[in-house]
Amino acid sequence: MTDPVIELVEPVIDLVDVVAVLGSFPALAGLSLRVERGEIVLLRGPNGAGKTTVLRLCAGLVPVVRGRGRVLGLDLVAERDAVRTRVGLLGHSNGLYADLSVTENVRFWGATVGASSDEVDGALERLDLSGRLADVPVRRLSAGQKRRTALACLVARRAEVWLLDEPHAGLDAIGRDELDETLHQAASAGATVLVASHELERTGALATRTIDVVAGRATEAGQPHEGDPT
Amino acid sequence: MTETQTPPGATTGPDRSRRPGTGTTATRVLGILALVAVAWLVAFGLGFSPADRDQEESVRILYVHVPTIWVAYVAFVVTAICSGLYMFTKNHALGFDRAAGASAEIGVLFVALTLVVGALWGRLTWGVFWQWDARLTTTALLFVTYIGYLAVRRLGGSHHQRARRSAVIGMLAVLLIPLVHWSVRLWRSLHQEATVLRTDGQVKMDGLMLFSLFVGVVAFALIYVWLMLHRTRVMALEDALDDHGLEAALAARRAEGEN
Amino acid sequence: MRVWRVALLVAGKDLRIERRSRVVTNQIVPFAAVTMVMFAFALDADVVLQRVAPGLVWLATLFSMLVLVQRAYAIETDDGGLDALRVAGVDPAALFLGKALALAVQLAVLEVILLGTAVVLYGAEIRLEGGVLLVTTLITATCGLAVVGTLYGGLAAGFRGRETLLPLLVLPVVAPVLIGATRAVESALGTAGAVVSEGWPWVGLLTVFAVAFGVGGTLAFGPLIDE
Repeated sequence: MTDPVIELVEPVIDLVDVVAVLGSFPALAGLSLRVERGEIVLLRGPNGAGKTTVLRLCAGLVPVVRGRGRVLGLDLVAERDAVRTRVGLLGHSNGLYADLSVTENVRFWGATVGASSDEVDGALERLDLSGRLADVPVRRLSAGQKRRTALACLVARRAEVWLLDEPHAGLDAIGRDELDETLHQAASAGATVLVASHELERTGALATRTIDVVAGRATEAGQPHEGDPT
Repeated sequence: MTETQTPPGATTGPDRSRRPGTGTTATRVLGILALVAVAWLVAFGLGFSPADRDQEESVRILYVHVPTIWVAYVAFVVTAICSGLYMFTKNHALGFDRAAGASAEIGVLFVALTLVVGALWGRLTWGVFWQWDARLTTTALLFVTYIGYLAVRRLGGSHHQRARRSAVIGMLAVLLIPLVHWSVRLWRSLHQEATVLRTDGQVKMDGLMLFSLFVGVVAFALIYVWLMLHRTRVMALEDALDDHGLEAALAARRAEGEN
Repeated sequence: MRVWRVALLVAGKDLRIERRSRVVTNQIVPFAAVTMVMFAFALDADVVLQRVAPGLVWLATLFSMLVLVQRAYAIETDDGGLDALRVAGVDPAALFLGKALALAVQLAVLEVILLGTAVVLYGAEIRLEGGVLLVTTLITATCGLAVVGTLYGGLAAGFRGRETLLPLLVLPVVAPVLIGATRAVESALGTAGAVVSEGWPWVGLLTVFAVAFGVGGTLAFGPLIDE
């Protein structure tokens, strides 16, 4: 088991020279990345740079082929299952069941980690889903409402690391503001947030730090507000 | 695990003598031995051994039919053992996975041969190509099961993904075979007490026939070993090629980042 | 016991989705019924139909099961549910048992309907003395089919060409169930003079099958779906 003191000192995400492969394509070609607790880090870079793969790797969905990867002080290879229960990934898909209502979805995902009904209600409340939308089937929600439901699932699952892939895509101005607010709340509550995004105007203001991802490797960006590299 | 590592980008000259192949002195000797054994089998099976009193000339088919199924069963046992070795040994050596796959491929080939020559023999001896007897039915299901196994091997993914997936399927097949055999036995014994012909192969054989059968077993066992060696080596080369491709792709990806 | 709690959670979720979407009632049950009608066209004689009714019931069950399994995993892969389940750290054993349970419930409903269809269309007769055997057979065979369908469905779910891979993998594996369940139901119904006592060895086979693949599947599911 991990020493709690070490866990406090260690970065939440610590990737060292990681190689990851999609099929036969080396999506990550020796990528290193450190993220501390409570940070909101923006990963930016052109399509195909490996942003999504970084997120999926941290969620234990893409294996580390070479190098060393640790999340929450746990090794991504040896302790993958322990990592998974504590991180939340919101990728291009939401992981929601279209025929179930908002509440049913959040309750299901919360229940996978044994969340109480209070926690589920709290999560719904926090994402402003407890009112009119609570019993609407996910099938009938807008893109932004689905995204909010998925975030509520992350909250209900008590995710400590939020891995978000293009979370602003398809949202209107209000939806984006709400999302930013949610991420700030999560970060100040101790969650660590890693966001892959094209929406630099948006996320640049939100993020505490920006990392450039190019051709499967990462470099610290000096200026988070520069133009879109694509 | 073979890790043939040429530095990426380095051009290997047309040095043909160093090109990796699958033949070695041992396999060449083995191949020649297999050929000799086959020649023997032809001589004894078609020439020296007598025709059977009941089955007449068609008995000669059995010198292929029986050895192939025996070797095929051995091949599937090898697949199961290698699957288990891959799963339960600590370093999960891909060599076991390749041996399991190669053995299953050859096993499927041999079962196919068994079924084809068996059907021909059945037509000559029983007057029909197929009998729903326990052994035939089990064999047919075995055949389809391992075709499924080979399909699973081709699903893609990394070498270890392939290996783990197919090892599980290979071991589940071991679970399945006794169940299939049991069900088919029970089925036939309950409903077909009086079959057209006893098909359990209890044929009285004279010495020369037995010897021909023995030559058949030796010949097909040698062919099996020879094919195994070559096939596993080809598979190892394929895997090494993928790894090499990864090195090149990694180098290309890093170069792309530098620009 | 945590495994069973999560398994029940997953099963409840699957069944609730099926109840809402009505795919089973609106498409799969009609498909199974049409299959039964088609069998009658192909075989074209009342006497033959009555004789082979138990086999046709199970054959229709197998075909419908392939559709059910595809459907059970389609709800997971539609919106990345399978990935989400993995990231949520849901125990693969619990996921397997839960999905198998949900599939078993749907299969059981389907089998009862198909048996009813056989009574109506093929003139099969259900007799009282075979009742216990019939029910036991349905339960054991359903468990066997459900675990095999869930296991191989999970393997095929992530890949292109799963529609064709699934039958190739599943049908040879469930051959013992088809044989066993057909004979046992023949005994229960007294088809062609079969007596009830003949059916029990088959129930033994079906039980061993269900237990073997239940245990094997629970252990194997993790390595199979987890890439």
